[in-house]
Amino acid sequence: MVKIVEQPEGYEGQGFFATSLDKVIGMARANSLWPLPFATSCCGIEFMATMGSNYDLARFGSERLSFTPRQADLLMVMGTISKKMAPILKQVYDQMAEPKWVLSVGACACSGGIFDTYSVLQGIDRVIPVDVYVPGCPPRPEQIIEGVIKIQELAKNESLRRRNSDEYKRMLESYNIETK
Amino acid sequence: MSQATPSFETLQADFASAQWATSMEQDAYGMVNILVPAEHLIEAIQTLKAYDKAPVQLLTDLCAVHYPERSGQELEMVYHLHSLTQNLRLRLKVALSQEAAVVPTLCHEFAGANWMERETFDFYGVKFEGHPDLRRILNMDQMDYHPMLKQYALEDETRDDKDDQFFGR
Repeated sequence: MVKIVEQPEGYEGQGFFATSLDKVIGMARANSLWPLPFATSCCGIEFMATMGSNYDLARFGSERLSFTPRQADLLMVMGTISKKMAPILKQVYDQMAEPKWVLSVGACACSGGIFDTYSVLQGIDRVIPVDVYVPGCPPRPEQIIEGVIKIQELAKNESLRRRNSDEYKRMLESYNIETK
Repeated sequence: MSQATPSFETLQADFASAQWATSMEQDAYGMVNILVPAEHLIEAIQTLKAYDKAPVQLLTDLCAVHYPERSGQELEMVYHLHSLTQNLRLRLKVALSQEAAVVPTLCHEFAGANWMERETFDFYGVKFEGHPDLRRILNMDQMDYHPMLKQYALEDETRDDKDDQFFGR
């Protein structure tokens, strides 16, 4: 039995169905997230398992990995980010088009992990905003999938105006990210 | 026919009186350590490269060590040399003070020294005179100190979420 996405709340009659645009777009976005894997270490190996046939992230509409940030919706940061790498990560985030989400996978991406040292960024949230944190060292593929499901919920329930709000702009500015 | 690997005694007889060898000793594992003054380093390397009993062909590694308690000789350069044909390994050491941590570059003797010297400069701040491109190699360019010197903490110092009492401090 193939499970497909449930239809959103709406008004239905013979030959028509009416609902709000927010819900339709949210549903479409949530179920076709194009992830950009930013894998630097062992969490990246878990991500490979996540994409493989056993766990198969494709079941959640994330079949298509995007290796250019310009076409990606979801930045998945998996692994230790050194301070030297931080500007590159920020540039990749900058190059993604709105709407965009960030999933921080593993202890290192979330907080620097065991690498409490001069050369390692103590969590990617020091340079870019993060939507969902997945703890673990490394997290199992199930946990990464749960993180993606949380991102899907965010995408589904996000107001279409959120990315234009002053609050959102202020948040980006607090990371020194230019807003258009 | 191949010659035998020169023994410590042979090396001593050949080099102990050389100007570049301040002292020679054999460590517990049989490896020969030679203490060399910085100004004679190139001469030492060139002599060993031309040494007919065991010509040195390979610079296995070079690095620095920080000994903050040795006043006037806080830094020490260590060079590992290998004579591949005679299977002889040698270790050259150069003592330096932290204020004048300058040694001549080995780039012109061994091309492979280039990146190793950049790494040593990056982490210990040792200057290599005559190096073609002495800039940081591993750490970010904006870093304003040399992190392996022991006066600097290894931990990231930008964190404010750590309670010292949980770290025994």
